[in-house]
Amino acid sequence: MAETEKVKEKTGFFEKLKNGLSKTRKGMMSGLNAVFHGFSEIDDDFYEEIEEMLVMGDVGVKTSGEIIEELKKAIKENKIKEPMGARELLCNMLKEKMAVPGDAYDFENQKSVIMIVGVNGVGKTTTVGKLAGRMKENGKKVLVAAADTFRAAANEQLTEWSKRAGVDIISSGEGTDPASVVFDAVNAAKARKTDVLLCDTAGRLHNKKNLMEELRKMNKVVDREYPDAHRETWVVLDATTGQNAINQAREFDSVADLNGIVLTKMDGTAKGGIAIAVMNELNIPVKYIGVGEGIDDLERFNPEEFVDALFINEEE
Amino acid sequence: MAFESLTEKLQNVFRALRGKGRLSEEDVKSALKDVKMALLEADVNFKVVKQFISNVTERAVGQDVMEGLNPGQMIVKIVNEELTSIMGSEVTDLTFRPGKEVTVFMLCGLQGAGKTTAAAKLATRLKLKSKKTLLVACDIYRPAAIDQLKRNGEKAETEVFALGTDVKPAKIAKEAYDYAVKNAFNVVILDTAGRLHIDDSMMDELKEIKAAVDVHETLLVVDAMTGQDAVNVATEFNEKVGIDGVILSKADGDTRGGAALSVKAVTGKPILFASNGEKLNDMEPFYPDRMANRILGMGDVLTLIDKVQAANEERDVQKDAEMAKRLKKGKFDFNDYLESMKQMKKLGGFASILSMLPGMGIKAGDLDSDEAELKLKRTEAIVLSMTKQERENPKLMSPQRKFRIAKGAGVDISEVNRFIKQFEQSQKMMKQFPGMMGKFGGKKGRFPF
Repeated sequence: MAETEKVKEKTGFFEKLKNGLSKTRKGMMSGLNAVFHGFSEIDDDFYEEIEEMLVMGDVGVKTSGEIIEELKKAIKENKIKEPMGARELLCNMLKEKMAVPGDAYDFENQKSVIMIVGVNGVGKTTTVGKLAGRMKENGKKVLVAAADTFRAAANEQLTEWSKRAGVDIISSGEGTDPASVVFDAVNAAKARKTDVLLCDTAGRLHNKKNLMEELRKMNKVVDREYPDAHRETWVVLDATTGQNAINQAREFDSVADLNGIVLTKMDGTAKGGIAIAVMNELNIPVKYIGVGEGIDDLERFNPEEFVDALFINEEE
Repeated sequence: MAFESLTEKLQNVFRALRGKGRLSEEDVKSALKDVKMALLEADVNFKVVKQFISNVTERAVGQDVMEGLNPGQMIVKIVNEELTSIMGSEVTDLTFRPGKEVTVFMLCGLQGAGKTTAAAKLATRLKLKSKKTLLVACDIYRPAAIDQLKRNGEKAETEVFALGTDVKPAKIAKEAYDYAVKNAFNVVILDTAGRLHIDDSMMDELKEIKAAVDVHETLLVVDAMTGQDAVNVATEFNEKVGIDGVILSKADGDTRGGAALSVKAVTGKPILFASNGEKLNDMEPFYPDRMANRILGMGDVLTLIDKVQAANEERDVQKDAEMAKRLKKGKFDFNDYLESMKQMKKLGGFASILSMLPGMGIKAGDLDSDEAELKLKRTEAIVLSMTKQERENPKLMSPQRKFRIAKGAGVDISEVNRFIKQFEQSQKMMKQFPGMMGKFGGKKGRFPF
């Protein structure tokens, strides 16, 4: 396995985030910095350039517009004249927007069931694998459920991850009813006194009604079989995705009440700005970000460092 | 369907435009501002949008518009033409090596773009063209990637070549190629691992594969939902590895699909196929001009016609002729009904047909296609619950028989009654209008759905 061959240096959280985000920074915010440095005064062109940069970072037309309006207001209120002052304001605004609520990680201290949902190919199975590894390392008793019974070999993929993470897996053959896998998993979790049950589900396009119904059914099974469990549903979003991610989050939210977002593939050049848009429109916090293919390449989302890292000057 | 939301947006813009007799320069500018927003929200790359808007403005403001009799239509035409010119105007198909030489296609792309699925879909397509295809598992990194390809290969009835995860992809490709030559394969499809375009060592791996075997075409698989970054991905893959074409995956979501426009505009490489469903035959050639039309809400009748033709090619001519004969006499039975339902399924079902028709583009979103498909399925179950005699002779139906059929199909008896009544009505109708059948189905004789 190449992943084990590729010896990964153990890097600190900030380093990893910075490495993962360095491309993001180059893509979107180096442009932003150029704007701040390139203007001597704050005028319409200045705002327009910032807005363009945000749109190019997948923040979206709507959210970008709102951010600019807010920024204008704040600049007026604070009587700011210098573009660099505007930079700090924008920085703080984004941090505030991306703040993770205090109870976001409460599930760690309770018996919880976490459903991982998302469209095809965003990295759900990989995320479940990484989460399992992470929680196991934190001393939790973890169980994973392979409720993706549709995609060819999804089961085998998760089985491999469960081996790497050293956790138990509940699975069934391709084509079986995923709700039955969830049923088995929930009962196993209860019997084995598992701390966290992670359910990997099949990728589904959010506009496919049947598949969304199937998701509802899986949730019902958990509600019925394990009423006292702490429940969370997280949507996995690919950082490369454009504005469609908002639709994805919205649709999944309407079916399954989302509590969080896992933003994957943050190690590419994708700007990750879509997270800002989703947070702005739907107020669903990003809880984790994925920054690579290794089992350690998943970190808690830290808005302070996220935004700071975005604004760091290119020095190296 | 992808592009639907963009279609809606642009239609609203143009609806406002159509209402006016003459357009001022401001009208053009404000309309184009909406177009710009629509395109940006559709994830079309910012630079592409800018260029697009400036091209259209240049053409629309002034002469062109002033001289046109219907300025609104004039703008639609210009926007359409510019859109087409970005997308490219020609359909591009795969090319093959001459004679018995083995043609190698390499699929590459980001993680989760849908390469393995695209590989199996491609194999399914090539099977229809009577190409003997070998699928090759070059993804040695992702857990169970090889199993996934093997499973898909089984479904596509295509042989899969794999050497496990300990052999370098370039070596796998080479051995697969030799195997293909020895065993008289026509086509080799290399399914490579997902990789980031900035991961140099992984990009080198693709170059190594290219050095090891003579890759005929390198195809980049791009997720239709990709945002602004699509151009970076496409540009990097193109510069570092060299791509010959693009496969657009997951085009059946509700994405506005601006990535398609961007990728073509920035790399100049054609989009060959659009993949739009979970089934292995859910992949269509990409028609740039039709796609431009679809964006503008003109529907996609051409795609529908093609699908009908493809379905026809597979049909049994003799059986069709017999059916047509019976239809004209108003003597068709439940077997014919079943057969025609099968035909419709081949066309991709209700929703897919509706969404391709002009004027339906918007409505298709509201249409509960799942509901419609479900109804069809139940109807099919009713027919399948009939005995051979009952199917051949609809007149046999008695209450007892209907009751048994309802039980067998798992539906309410009233549904069976309703269906049989409808069936009898259409039987009568067709007897009255035998000419209609000629018009609708031609020699083939199809039910007028």
